[in-house]
Amino acid sequence: MEVAAARGQLFLAGRRLIQSKRRRKLLGDLLAYAVLLLLSVVILIPPLWMLSTALKADGDVFLYPPKWIPVPPHFENFRRGLTFRPFGRYFLNTAIITSLAVLGQLISSPLVAYGFARLRSRWRDPLFILVLSTMMLPSQVTMIPVFVLFRLLGWVDTFKPLVVPNYFGSAFFIFLMRQFFMTITPELDDAAKIDGCGYFGIFTRILLPLAKPALATVAIFSFMWNWNDFMGPLIYLSSESKLTLTLALSRFTGQYGQTAWNLLMAVSLVTVTPCVLLFFFAQRYFIQGIVITGVKG
Amino acid sequence: MAVEAQLSRIQEQVRARPRGALSPQARREERFFFLFISPWILGFIVFTAGPILASLFFSFNIYDAIQPPRWVGLANYRNLFRDRLFWQSLRVTSLYTAGAVPLGIVLSMAIALVLNRNIRGVSVFRTIFYLPSVISGVAVSLLFMWIFNSDFGLLNYLLWKLFHIRGPAWIMNERWVIPSLILMSIWGIGGGIIIYLAGLQGIPTELYEAAEIDGANWWSKLLRITLPMMTPVIFFNLVTGIIGSFQVFTQAYVMTGGGPHNASLFYVLYLYRNAFYYFKMGYASALAWVLFAIVLALTLLVFRSSSAWVYYEAVRG
Repeated sequence: MEVAAARGQLFLAGRRLIQSKRRRKLLGDLLAYAVLLLLSVVILIPPLWMLSTALKADGDVFLYPPKWIPVPPHFENFRRGLTFRPFGRYFLNTAIITSLAVLGQLISSPLVAYGFARLRSRWRDPLFILVLSTMMLPSQVTMIPVFVLFRLLGWVDTFKPLVVPNYFGSAFFIFLMRQFFMTITPELDDAAKIDGCGYFGIFTRILLPLAKPALATVAIFSFMWNWNDFMGPLIYLSSESKLTLTLALSRFTGQYGQTAWNLLMAVSLVTVTPCVLLFFFAQRYFIQGIVITGVKG
Repeated sequence: MAVEAQLSRIQEQVRARPRGALSPQARREERFFFLFISPWILGFIVFTAGPILASLFFSFNIYDAIQPPRWVGLANYRNLFRDRLFWQSLRVTSLYTAGAVPLGIVLSMAIALVLNRNIRGVSVFRTIFYLPSVISGVAVSLLFMWIFNSDFGLLNYLLWKLFHIRGPAWIMNERWVIPSLILMSIWGIGGGIIIYLAGLQGIPTELYEAAEIDGANWWSKLLRITLPMMTPVIFFNLVTGIIGSFQVFTQAYVMTGGGPHNASLFYVLYLYRNAFYYFKMGYASALAWVLFAIVLALTLLVFRSSSAWVYYEAVRG
């Protein structure tokens, strides 16, 4: 009797525990959703405000209290903003610099990474540590002599200083590609070797085709960094016709006396659109890149 | 499985054989190694190692990039330590670092913990949180200039509307400019969130199951399992965060120009001005070397302290 009663009580207690646990999980989830939704709103307010301001009539920009939804939306702000300065030209300049830079990284970084991932040498580990330590080096330390070098070469006020260094690989992308190559089994290399492939053949025929996701990550990050780069163009470009989007944007403020925020926001929106689109369509590669370099670092 | 493991061990032994004297094959492989990494070696010499040494040399000279450099010994460094603006820029940058880096780590870690609760729609939230990192740079600086505007800015409007607080002039106010920029940096912590989330998902679930059997509650699981397991990731983000915040430039250049009254004169902004405004390249090189020394010292400090608080598993996967 007593045993049965005790067992019954135990059963009830167990069920109560499970129920309360489930209830707590549900409560926790609801709380989590509330927090996440609130944060999402806070994070989305600035970009929405950008859009809202970009579509406002000149007179409505300084309205108090501000109007969130501009009626009617002034889409002509985009045309006005973009024709106020030769932004078409700047868009093209930025696209040229960025695509040449991305190409450079795609050619050089995997090549170097293959060496570090697959070919054995007594120098490999010490040199790889050197690669990693350059990632920690603030670029400002080398900025002045590099500028002096490019001036000697007569490259100041051309796109070359912004493009050419990308053809020597960058520590971050070398690291990223190497990590990816390490995940590919070396047995594939051995098989290719037996079939008469040299080191270069293994690289181009076996590893590169398999490394497409990592290559996409390299392309995306170098696109974003070059597209958004400000200090580089600021130091090297001076001719009005050679400016990049970020450089032109930074000179936009106060041009009308008082800043024309609606036009400024319209042009800013156009500037960030390629990166945002890229992000939405290639999110997986973004996340992969951040995770590879951030967690396993 | 066992056979495979044995096979790979034998393969490794075969590979490891040519140690002392290199076989012709190994020598050939080494040549190819250098061939493949030659772009990096060349780039390292021309764009990193050479410039580091050149910058050290310039820092002992007066150099305006037109006249040849003139040797002045330690004069640049001596002037630097007497330079009020140097100390100001150091103060501003340290203040910003001390605020933005810990706050960023705590907040992104907290958000990652919330995201890690196996709830639906995580990927949507992840997208939203990372969005600001995609549009960083000049456009964001301009956007926040507009949001921080004291009379017509969104922030002060919302503060008044929601809490009846009359907001300060934000970036136009000497005391508020650094907090404003820290606030702005918090908006862009999405990258950190993704890193922490990936780290959290890598913690073996057995650990939690074992702890639950021992009757551990949420709090003790956080303190005893989650945080210790996450210390390597936190450590990495601390190092990169410090290095990054000592390099803040765009926001200061675009939004405040270092003002008001040099209250946001970030270190790199001051360096840039000396180099490319006043063409005091020698002095700017001294600034660059001090920056290098500071970043190196801070990194080493964090590394040194890491053995006390970073937990590495005995066997790393």
